[in-house]
Order: sequence, then C-alpha cells, then structure tokens
Amino acid sequence: MPVRAGVTIPTLLSPERRSVEFRARAAALGPVRESGGAEAPHHGPWSGVFRFCEVIGAVDSPRSAARGRTSSALAAGARPWQARGVPDQTLPLRSRTAIAAGRAVAAASRALGRGRGQVIGGRVMLRVDPQLLARLAAGMEVTAVSATNGKSTTTRMIAEALATRAPVAHNRTGANMAPGVATALAESRAAPFAAIEVDEAHLPAVAAATHASQLVLMNLTRDQLDRGSEVKMLADRWRRMAETLTPATEVVANADDPMVVWAAAAAPRVTWVGCGQWWTLDSALCPRCGAPLARPASGWACPACGFARPETLWFISHDADRIVTPAGPVTPRLVLPGRFNVGNAAIALAAVNARGISLDAALEAFSQVSDVDGRYVRASAHGREARLLLGKNPASWTEMMGVVSDSAALLVTVLNARGADGRDPSWIWDVGFEEWAGRPVWVAGERRFDLAVRLDTAGLDVVGVSADPLAALELAAPDQALDVVANYTAFQELRARLVSK
Amino acid sequence: MTAGELAQPSTAGGGDAGSGVVGIVHLYPTLMGTYGDGGNVLVLARRARARGLDVRLAVVGPGEPAPEDGDLYVLGGGEDASQVAAARELRASGVLARAVERGAAVFAVCAGLQVLGRDFEVSGGAVEPGLGLLDATTRRREPRAVGEVLAEPVNGLPLLTGYENHGGGTELGPAARALARVVAGVGNGGGASGDGLEGAIQGRVVATYLHGPVLARNPEFADWLLELALLAATERTGADGAGCGRLAPLDTPFVAELRAEREAYARSGKLSAESARTRR
Repeated sequence: MPVRAGVTIPTLLSPERRSVEFRARAAALGPVRESGGAEAPHHGPWSGVFRFCEVIGAVDSPRSAARGRTSSALAAGARPWQARGVPDQTLPLRSRTAIAAGRAVAAASRALGRGRGQVIGGRVMLRVDPQLLARLAAGMEVTAVSATNGKSTTTRMIAEALATRAPVAHNRTGANMAPGVATALAESRAAPFAAIEVDEAHLPAVAAATHASQLVLMNLTRDQLDRGSEVKMLADRWRRMAETLTPATEVVANADDPMVVWAAAAAPRVTWVGCGQWWTLDSALCPRCGAPLARPASGWACPACGFARPETLWFISHDADRIVTPAGPVTPRLVLPGRFNVGNAAIALAAVNARGISLDAALEAFSQVSDVDGRYVRASAHGREARLLLGKNPASWTEMMGVVSDSAALLVTVLNARGADGRDPSWIWDVGFEEWAGRPVWVAGERRFDLAVRLDTAGLDVVGVSADPLAALELAAPDQALDVVANYTAFQELRARLVSK
Repeated sequence: MTAGELAQPSTAGGGDAGSGVVGIVHLYPTLMGTYGDGGNVLVLARRARARGLDVRLAVVGPGEPAPEDGDLYVLGGGEDASQVAAARELRASGVLARAVERGAAVFAVCAGLQVLGRDFEVSGGAVEPGLGLLDATTRRREPRAVGEVLAEPVNGLPLLTGYENHGGGTELGPAARALARVVAGVGNGGGASGDGLEGAIQGRVVATYLHGPVLARNPEFADWLLELALLAATERTGADGAGCGRLAPLDTPFVAELRAEREAYARSGKLSAESARTRR
C-alpha cells in the first residue's frame, strides 16, 4: 500500500475564514423579502424567491452549528483524515478476505479479456463482506456525484482538483454502482478523499453506505425509460434521501434543474450552483404541485405554488464563458468542448472549493482534463481521424449537437438499444435533428434503421448505413475528419476498439 | 416540438375550401411526449406535405387554448402527473369533445389513450375521470407491460410494429372496437390475463399503446390517419371532396428495413426473454 509519510497536508480552511465565508454567504442571502429585489445576485424579482430564503433561513442555525464542529475538528487535527485514517490491518478479516477475493476475480476477468474487472471484482467483494463500502469509506471524505448527464466528467474534474492536495479514490472508468465504487475505494485505501460518480437510481444506497459528506446533484432527464425510471420517480427518491441527511453532509446542487431543486431543497445544508439546463422537456411541470412551470429569463418558477429557482452565488454567465463565484467571476480554460462542460466545471468548482481547494488550483486542474474515459478523444482508424462523442439520451444528444454544429467533419451517428442503452430508442425523435437538415450523415449501429428513418425525416442527407461504424472511416475520403456521436454501448465498443488503454 | 410553425388558435384549419388544407393540432407535447411520440406529428406533417397538402400545424402548450377548427388532434404518452394535468385541462376546455362532435379525427398514444377513455387509475390507486371519447376504462395492471409489440390491424392495414411501456390495462366497452389483434406483446392488457386486443377505434377517434414512434414505423397507418383528417377537413370547409379518398403511395427510405428487422425480432424468442428481464 502507498504510504503517506512525508506528505504535508495543510488545513482545509481556518476557522476564521470559514466563519467569514459563512457570514458573507448569509449576508448575500439577505433577510426575507417580498421579492428577489435588486440585491439579488442573479435574478430579477419574481414571486417565490423569498420562499427559498425562508427555507434556507430555517436551516441556518443547524448549519452554522455543524460548520462550527467541522471547523474545530479541522483546527485541532490539521490532518483530520490521518487521525481517522484506518490502516488496512484494522479492517476486519472478512473485509480483507473480500478485497483479496475481489482482486483475484478482477485479475482473472482481465486475463480472460472479459473487460476491466471492476464490476465483477466489486461484486465478489460485496458478496463476501456486505459492510465493505462503509468500512472502506470510514477514513475518507467522500464526494458522491450523480446526474443523468455529466457525472463522469464532473467527477473527473473534482478528482483532479482534489488530487492537487492529496490522493483521491476515484471510479474513473465509470463503474458507478456499489461494486464499482467498492473496487475504487479498495484500490486507494490510503486516500483521504474519494470522488465517486454514482448511478442516479443507486445514489441513496451508495451515499448512505459511504457516509458521503458531500453530494453533487446536477440534472435528471429521461434516460432508459424502459426500466421504469421515470424522471419524477427518481427525483422523489433523491428527495427522500435528502430528508434523511444531517448538516454534516453538504449538498451541492444545480439550481437550474427544477427536479434537482425539488430533491435537494429537502436537505439541511445546500450550496446552490446555477450550472444550466438546456433540456427542459422533463421539467415542464412543477415537481411540488404539478402545475405547468413558467420559464422567465432568469430561471424557472411555479405560478401556482411559488416553488422557484433558488438564488445562487455560483453560476455560469449567460454566454457560458465565465463562472461567477462568491469571490467574483473566473474564466475556465477547458479543453473539453461545449457550454454544458462549463456548467460541469462550475458545480465541480463549488464542490472542491468547499473542500478547501482554491479557485485557481481547481481551474488549473480542470484545464488538464482533455478526455473522460474516451469521451472527446481523437482516435485514428483506416488513416482517418475520428473524434468520439457520447450521446446517450435526448439531453446529451442535444448537447453534442452544439459541439459538432460548427465542425466540418463528416457526422457519423451510432445507435444501439441494449439493456444499458435502454431497449426503446424512440427518444431519438425527441432530439431536434431538424436543425441539421441538409447535412450529410453516416448512420451505424444495431438500431441504424431507426436512426436512419429519424434523420431522413429530419431532412438530413443519409449518405451511408452500416452495422459497423468503422465502415464510415474506411469509406470516407482519405483526408476527411469525422465526428462520431454514439450512444452508450456503441460508444463503449468504439472506445475499446479505437483507444489504446 | 421542433417545428417552428405555430399557427394561432382558430386558424389551424384555415378556410381554404377544397385546396387540400389539413389542420393538425399537437396537444401538450411538453406534457405528453415522454417516449418520442412527438415524432408522430413530424411524420404526419412530412407525409402530408410530400403529397402537396398544405399542413397547418398548431402546437398547444399547457394553459394555452387549443384551436377549435383542427382536423386531426394528436395526444402522446406521458407520466402520471402529466397525464392527470392533460386530462383535467382537456375536460375543462371541452375542446376535444366539440372537435369530435363536428367530425374531427383524434389520435392518441398510451397515456393519451387512457385520457380519452371514461376513466383511468394512476399509481397510488386514484381513479381520474377521462374525456369519455372512447368507451374504455383503465386500471393498473401487474406486471408493467414493456417490450416490442406486433399486432394485426382489424381494418386491413399492414402489421403494426411498435414498443409498449405501460402500467395500465384497458378494457374496451361495446361502443369502441379494437384497432388490432396482438401477435406478440401485451397491447391493451384488458381482462385478467390480457384480452389480446391492441388500441381502440370509435368513430374517428383512434388510439394505440404503441410507441416507436408508431407512425414512423407504420407509414400506412399514418396515411390512414391523414385520410381521416382530410375527410374531416372536407366536411368542415364544405368542399366538394376533392381532398378525399386514398393518398398516393409514398416511398419512405429505410422503413422497409426497419419494419423487417423489428418484426423478425418480435417473432423471435428474444422477446419473451427480454420481457422477463425488464418487466417487474
């Protein structure tokens, strides 16, 4: 196991700074007002804003008490995780056996070429020791990130930023249910931090098992509807989880997604971040009362019950070129394309800042991220270069349209409908492909005919159809660059074939 | 909806008698369109325009008045809360009842089918009154019906292919008849073990449980609905019937391949295995 001897870990935040920061935040929230008022940092006045001040105001006392506890613990220990750090030997025999068995099975799985082994290995670990997640996480500050879209990228940003301070346990290959998390934590036993992405449906269980002290909640949109995971059902599940939280857990949540706000507002301690919502079809109705939501320029509000977008001290600028923080605006220097990645960076920034990482250090770390487990990678095959993009549901496809719209590359779209994709691909009709009318496109994948009918109806010029997307690279002009947008399993397969590991 | 052409209420049909104008009203796509059902309207509009018809499309959001002079009203599927909101709004406005009374066609999918019926049960057990435009009642059924469907239409159309995903079972009364007989899948799921029926027809009100979207996978079905709409348009404008009759055949690229692939899949053993896994 790696040893942390010699690693100097400074205090996260001095008690003074914490207290100053807290007072500033409380002042910014302001007294309860009849309207959002001119002082509001982000919004014009609309009904309902003050209701959120009431909600937030009601939990100020327990929150400040909790912060006090945290601050004094930090001040006394200076290296709190080392004080609480549990060497492997102190894990019960059962846990050590579980980890050894899981590793052996994972290694065997890799040797057999069955995959990367994280899931099967983690399954074995949890079978042998069902309490393993809690035991592994006992010495870690766990940040759990969940969303329909962007969780891998955001978790990666958070992990990179935290890693400037101390080792981080991170499920970087996207194995995001309990087994994958167990594997990641077991592989980085000595890490004081854990940054884990968690599947939306599994978040409550994993967050509870790992005693996550920070939950980053970003968006909920339609995805894999054949599994019965309707968006409102997931939001309700998150809300029930939030109701059980204590102020020891900080929730960092996207104020622009009404479904996320509905869930997060039940938590006692919330940092709101305006990181954008460009897909609104799954939050047409007020999650609280069911009335149609209004969408004023400043956000969203329910005309019937007053449930509305909370005010934020962190948000992305209108052009998504800057992130406004409580300390002023900063410019992200992302290699990753798209305004949604600026949104991802904004919420990652707020999360790691609360862990004591400076804005500059965090932004520098974010700028080092050029691909996320194959997403955005430029790969070569048949002498042509292809950029790999993941479009797994209507919201992420819509985001990818923004990324490729200015590109001169030939568009290749790939669609499967296996279990992990959702077996009903009719969601492709929710994507506004009409915007690309007249553009040439190659169509591939197991459900290529569904996609070809969709794109033809939208007026695109379907220049080729093949089961294998690589046929497009083979047949394209020698100097032709390609943008390949593939959904989940199609993307995984392409990455495995094109990107050396 | 991505279509940019938002006709003002009351002008969806226009007054161009006999000139092949068809008014399509897309009801609440933001509420009722969870499974890509908005694609049905895109297909209808495209197939109508390919025949030289002048399509007036109105997209109606919640809280907005729907045009009174549409020829075909389209309602998609949606989650429980959306479904209840749509049903209440349509009952309050009465626009669909008036449209049906004067001969307009209505096409609904899944939760939309349930809304058109006499009443429907949502999860939790509450029974919500529907619009009563279909002699149909819907109650919760277990397990949820999820998977590919093949069904033989009763009116001679080609085999229907689609995907179902619903927790309601619908029983038809004597005033409504089924749209099709199920070959593979569940369909309406009325009765204790399912009655083998799919969809409903009552006058010019047509409904199905199939997504896909169903009109993208079944272009002849789309054309039949357009023919009903043209009939309604002719009656509405008092024209001489020039716009009526059968539409000319239209070649639609990739649809034959898609239908063959889906039919083979639905007929194969894969279907029952997949259903066993996904139903719960």
